[in-house]
Amino acid sequence: MKIISKLFLVILLSGFQAFHASGAYVGIEDSETLILQTSDKKSAMDELLNVLLLRSYNTRLVILSTTTLGTAAGIVGAFLLLRKRSLMGDALAHSTLPGIAIAFIIMVSFGGSGKSLAGLIAGATLTGVLGLLIMLAIRNTTRLRDDVAMGMVLSVSFGVGLAILGVIQNMPQASAAGLESFIYGKTASMVMADFMTIMVVALVCSLAAILMFKELALLCFDDRFAVAEGFPALRLDILLLVLVTTVTVIGLQSVGLILIIAFLITPPSAARFWTEKLPTMTFLSAVIGAISGWLGASISALVPKMPAGAVIVVVASSIFLFSMLSAPKRGVVARWIRYKDLKKKVERQHVLRAAFELVEEQKNGDSIVSNYPFPLQKLLAKRTWKAPKLNRILNHEQSIGHLERRADGMLQLSESGFGEAARITRNHRLWEIYLVTHADIAPSHVDRDADMVEHILEADMVHRLEEELRNSGAWIPSPHELSTRTQAS
Amino acid sequence: MSDVLQQMSPTGDAIGEDLSFHPINVPLAVHDLTVAYHRKPVIWDVDLDIPEGKLVGVVGPNGAGKSTLLKTCLDLIPRASGEVGVYGKPYKEQRHLVGYVPQRESVDWDFPVSVLDLVAMGTYRHLGWFRRVGEKQKAAAMNALEQVGIAHLADRQISQLSGGQQQRTFLARALTQNAKLYFMDEPFAAVDAATEEAIVKILQQLNSEGKTCIVVHHDLATVARYFDWVVLLNMRVVASGPTEEVFTKTNLEKTYGGSLSLLDEAAHALSRIAR
Repeated sequence: MKIISKLFLVILLSGFQAFHASGAYVGIEDSETLILQTSDKKSAMDELLNVLLLRSYNTRLVILSTTTLGTAAGIVGAFLLLRKRSLMGDALAHSTLPGIAIAFIIMVSFGGSGKSLAGLIAGATLTGVLGLLIMLAIRNTTRLRDDVAMGMVLSVSFGVGLAILGVIQNMPQASAAGLESFIYGKTASMVMADFMTIMVVALVCSLAAILMFKELALLCFDDRFAVAEGFPALRLDILLLVLVTTVTVIGLQSVGLILIIAFLITPPSAARFWTEKLPTMTFLSAVIGAISGWLGASISALVPKMPAGAVIVVVASSIFLFSMLSAPKRGVVARWIRYKDLKKKVERQHVLRAAFELVEEQKNGDSIVSNYPFPLQKLLAKRTWKAPKLNRILNHEQSIGHLERRADGMLQLSESGFGEAARITRNHRLWEIYLVTHADIAPSHVDRDADMVEHILEADMVHRLEEELRNSGAWIPSPHELSTRTQAS
Repeated sequence: MSDVLQQMSPTGDAIGEDLSFHPINVPLAVHDLTVAYHRKPVIWDVDLDIPEGKLVGVVGPNGAGKSTLLKTCLDLIPRASGEVGVYGKPYKEQRHLVGYVPQRESVDWDFPVSVLDLVAMGTYRHLGWFRRVGEKQKAAAMNALEQVGIAHLADRQISQLSGGQQQRTFLARALTQNAKLYFMDEPFAAVDAATEEAIVKILQQLNSEGKTCIVVHHDLATVARYFDWVVLLNMRVVASGPTEEVFTKTNLEKTYGGSLSLLDEAAHALSRIAR
C-alpha cells in the first residue's frame, strides 16, 4: 500500500516536471519595470549606497517590506520548525498558485487588469486554505501517511496552477505579465497601499506569535500536555497555520511560492545552532530573517533580472551554512574538534595504561609498583596499534614530560607520567570491578566495555565508584588476566 | 449527557439513572468505555471505579490498552462509546483537578528549553492565556524540582538529561500542576534505581496528602510493594480492586495468559470486516 502511494507520488511529480519543462508558463513576458534600471549613469558605489540605505522612494518601500516580512517569517517559522510542519508549509505555499491564477481570471473577466494585489492575495489564501483542508482530510480519513498527503497536495495544486496559467496566456484580452513573480518572487515596484498591507499584516503576525509565545511553545514541545493543561491543541495548531498562511501569502509576490518555505524555515534552523533557549532562538531567527530580506531585496534591486526570492534564500542559506559550521556548541566544526580531542585523549590514555601494565609486570611480588623502564617492542605488542601512530603518541608524551625514550630502546616514565598512568589504570580497573560486581558483566568482557567509559570519568564519578566498591586503595589489581588480552578497542 | 451531570446534587446523590457511575467523591469512574483505532477495538467495555486516595497500578501485557485507557480518560483519544467521570463530572469540566505525566518518549528532548522552564509548564493552567511565567511560578517549579531531587539541574538544557532525570523532570512538572488526581504513563520505564526510589517517595507523599495516582506499570515484581489498588487490563478489565485481593496468580494468568485469545480473534475479525 505504502509503496503504491509512493510510486503514485513519484509519477505525479515527474509528470508535472515534464509539464513545467514544456514551457507551459515560461513564455510569460516580462514587462514589469525593475527598479533602478534607469540609474546606469550613476557610479556603482553610489548605486549600492542608494539601495542599502533606502535613499530612493521605491527601493525604500520594497526593501522595508521584505525586511519586515523576514522578521515575521523568522518568528512564525521558528514555531513551524519546532512543530515539525515544514513540509506542510511548503504544500500550503504551492497550493496558493491555482488561487492566484483563478483570481486573475475572475478579475479580468469583470473588466479589471487582474493586477490588484489584494484580489490575488485573496485568491491565494482561499486555495491555500483549501489545500490545507485537503491534507487534513487525507490524513484523517485514510490510512495514508502525512508525507503522502502533503506531497500530493503540493504537486497536484502546483500542477493545476500551472495549467490555469497556461489557459491565461491564451486569453486574448489579458496580459498575464507579472503573475510569474508569484512563482519566483520579484522586487517589483510597489504602490503605497500594497506596502502598507504587507507591513501591517507582517507586524500583526509577529505580534500575535509573541503574544501567544507561551502557548505556541507548549504546543510545539508537548501537545498532549497542552491539552491536559486546558489549552486546545487543535485551535493552537490552526492559529499557527493561519499565521503561516498569512506570512506566506503576503510574501508571495516578493519571495515567490516555491521559495517562501525556505524563508520560513532557514532562519530558525540557523538560529537553533547558536542557542538552547527558545526566546533567544526566536529573536535570532527574526534578525536572520530581517537581514536576509534586506540584503536579498537590495541585491535583487541592484542586479537586473535577479529574482528576489532566490537571492533572499541564498542569503538566508549562507547564514545557515555559516551557523552550521561555526556555532560554538552545536556547530559541526566545534563538534568535530571535540570528537577529535576525545579520540586523541583516549589513545594517549591507552598508551599510558599499557605502559603502566608493563611496569607492573616487573614488580615480582612487591607490594608497591616501582617505576622500572620497559622495552618499546613490548609496548608495541601490547595492543594492535600501528608503529607510526604509537610513535606519534610517544613523541607527544615525551614533549610534555611524561616519558623518556632512552637510546637503548627502553622507555622510562617520568614521575608525572608514572602518576598519570597509575591514575588512568586505577580508573579503568575501578570501572571494570564496578561492571563485574554491579552489572553482571563477565570478567572476560569487561575490559572492552570499561574502555569506552573510563576516559570520561570525572573526579566526582571516581569518588562515587570508590564509595560504591568500598575500594580506595592507591593500587588496584586487574579483575582479569592481563596476558590473555587479544582484543584491542 | 453533560447537562444531566450538571444537575447532580453536591452530595453526589444520583438523580438520573446514568449518574450512579459518577459519584462526586470518586476520582475516576469509567463506564462501558470502548476505544478503537481504525475500527479495531483497543479497549473494550471497560468499567472502573477508583476510590479516593489510592495508589493505583494499571497492569497488563504490551498492547493491552493501558496507555490508551489513560489517554482516553484525558480526552486525548476519542472514544467509540462510554463515559468517563472525574469527581462526578466530565473531565472537560474538571481539568484543574487532574495532573498528567506523559510517557518520556512522547516529546523531543532536543527542544530548546531548560529544565526549570519545562517544569514551569505545569503552572500554565493557573496562569491562563497570554500571561508570562513570573517569579511565583518559577519558585513553584523550583520547589517541585527539590522534591524530586534534581534542583541542581534547574538551568540545564533538557537535551543534557539522562533518562532518569528526564522522568524526574516530568514528575516535577506534574507536581506544579497541584492536582488531586494524577495520571502517570509508565513513569518507571527504563529509569535507574535512584530515580525509581525518588518516584516511589513522591507517590507515597502524594498518597499521604490524600491524592489519587493512577500509574501505568510494567514491572510485576514491584506491583504489590508500590500500589494498594490494582487494575489488571487486557483490552477489558480482568480485575480491579485492592492489591491483596486482586493481584493473584489466577487473575494474572487471565490477564497475561491465552484465555483471551478468542476475544483477540474476534477483534481481529471485526477489524478485517470494517476495513
